[in-house]
Amino acid sequence: MKELKILGVITFFTLVTYWGVEPLAHSIFHPHVDPADYEFKDLPAVEAKGDVAQGQELVSMNCIACHSIEKAGFPAPLDNATANMSYGVVPPDLSSAGAIYNANFLANFIKDPATATKTAHKFTGNKVHPMPGYSWMSDEEIASMVAYFKSIAPASMTNEEVFVDACGRCHDMKYSKNFATSDVSNYMGSTPPDLSMMIRSRGEHYLTTFINDPQKHLHGTAMPRVGLNESAQKQVVTYLEEVGDSKKAEREGIAPYVLGFLAFMAFISFLWKKEIWSEVK
Amino acid sequence: MAEFKKANSVGEWLDQRLNTTMLTKVMMTEYWIPKDINFLWAMGMILAFTFKILLVSGIFLLMYYKPDVNMAFDSVNYTIMQEVGYGWLFRHIHGVGASLVFLIIYIHMFTGIYYGSYKKGREMIWLSGMLLLVLFSAEAFSGYMLPWGQMSYWAAYVITNIFGGIPLIGDELVVWIRGNFYVADSTLTRFFMLHVLLVPLAILGGIAFHFYSLRIPHVNNQKGEEIDFEEEANKYKAGRKKLSKVIPFWPVFMAKDVFVLSVFLFFFFYLVFYHYNFAMDPVNFDPANGLKTPAHIYPEWYFLWSYEVLRGFFFDIGPLKAADIGLAAFGFAQIIFALMPWLDRSPTVAPASQRPYFRVWFWIMIVILIVLTIYGKLPPTGTNAWIGFYSSIAFILLFLLLPVVTSKEAAVTKGAK
Repeated sequence: MKELKILGVITFFTLVTYWGVEPLAHSIFHPHVDPADYEFKDLPAVEAKGDVAQGQELVSMNCIACHSIEKAGFPAPLDNATANMSYGVVPPDLSSAGAIYNANFLANFIKDPATATKTAHKFTGNKVHPMPGYSWMSDEEIASMVAYFKSIAPASMTNEEVFVDACGRCHDMKYSKNFATSDVSNYMGSTPPDLSMMIRSRGEHYLTTFINDPQKHLHGTAMPRVGLNESAQKQVVTYLEEVGDSKKAEREGIAPYVLGFLAFMAFISFLWKKEIWSEVK
Repeated sequence: MAEFKKANSVGEWLDQRLNTTMLTKVMMTEYWIPKDINFLWAMGMILAFTFKILLVSGIFLLMYYKPDVNMAFDSVNYTIMQEVGYGWLFRHIHGVGASLVFLIIYIHMFTGIYYGSYKKGREMIWLSGMLLLVLFSAEAFSGYMLPWGQMSYWAAYVITNIFGGIPLIGDELVVWIRGNFYVADSTLTRFFMLHVLLVPLAILGGIAFHFYSLRIPHVNNQKGEEIDFEEEANKYKAGRKKLSKVIPFWPVFMAKDVFVLSVFLFFFFYLVFYHYNFAMDPVNFDPANGLKTPAHIYPEWYFLWSYEVLRGFFFDIGPLKAADIGLAAFGFAQIIFALMPWLDRSPTVAPASQRPYFRVWFWIMIVILIVLTIYGKLPPTGTNAWIGFYSSIAFILLFLLLPVVTSKEAAVTKGAK
């Protein structure tokens, strides 16, 4: 009984210390933010109904001068190095845009990229976003383009494909041998970090709100809000985990065996202790 | 030369040459430990075992680690964590072990303080223990640098910078420690050497000395009772085991230790598999970048209390610079526990619960250390800075008052008798 009391006292002080240096400190370092908003409710709704055929025509007139759409047979007009030099970033292939981005975000992005991505603070003075806005188009025309992207979007993508389309133009992930196609250090003002270990350095919880809206955690950051829908973002985070915490399954697989063995050992050694001490006490 | 007869067994053969029978008696079966103990007396064995775990896991990590600023991070986070079979397990064991060894060191140390196990002949046990605390701190600090993450780099930067405050030689000393004007490859390689060779060697020596220092004054017991070990040992050997106040190290003492150790290992491996972030700071999974200061720089939890004493003095007082006062206070905090045997002026060896004044002093000390630890991590702004300041003052006063408190207590308890 006395020993349990001592154990209780030690456990109490240990837990108070733990609470102070872990949960309490982290809640102060990373103040609570609202949960991820995959509908991007701060953006106005583009409600017009789109027409795929009209969208196809508009896209072929307005987009493919810079963008490739491999899936629809439009190759990239420039190679990556030249494109990077001309625009400061390689324009993304649009084949999967309808699958990975939220439709309303995509519509707002086409209208005004800097506002939708929350990077307007990076494009002041004579700096302009590399993608021109199409706010001169009607909501209906924009909705048609979005409808077209959705119509050509693949039904399913691997985690890596989503990652490459969503993050891979700016970020390296050297542990999976994914390397950025663009060098955006010039127009973004800093080199985006390698993402190999992000799952360990930031954790799933932080990444979920951060990718959804980087400004929430890092006010003023150059990282754009990319407008991934919920399932695409989940695939990105899963891919980060597959690469940065590749042994998770093995870790969680052997844990019960090791702990089971140790529990058994504790039980056996308790019996041994009782046996030995019955002679002396 | 001694005459050697033909041995009838391997045991006898070894006994003739190494005197193993006597050795076993001296080290195990007739090494006497008081019977009146609780599970806190198992902390020493837990520490020895945890050190062994750290040594073995460290040897495995050493086979793949590359002490070079361009390769260190990837050798840890890619080669060891992802490519080498069960490399992640050895790293998690090593990281969590490094944190837990300090938890147990602190429990071991406060057990010693609570039961007064540092005086009346036990001063050398205490001092060698304090030496081990310093060595383990050096080992932890040098090891923390090796993954070459953000916190490795910036902790190295901040801690080596502290030496710059030492009068006259400060600036040169910092350059000498770093091997460069800033924290660089030379810093990493020399701390690598310290971590894998010099400090572990010193720790091994320290542990041997710590064990040896127990021999003459013997292990203390729950009541602080003075035991005639020879007489009690004779009782035990005569078969009056229940009457004797002592037990042999093997198997009786160890039977209890192994049970406590097993429970500890269950807790240890639970943390290794499921709850390791407290010991492996996520910030350190960002590669070191000397141009990008992290928002919050803090040491591992076990250094926080002394770190807070260092930064608790955040404003100049008269002609004294804040940084210099902090450094002096930090130096005070580093050595003051070692002086416990001389600060405690009462001759009584008894648990704190039996000592009217010391009991109060002990629990205040624990609370202040926890406050310092928690505020050592929080950002030192606004109220936090003042709490840090006052608890640093309280910490220093507490130890300055200890001789007064204990002499008063000695006078009072003597009067009562």
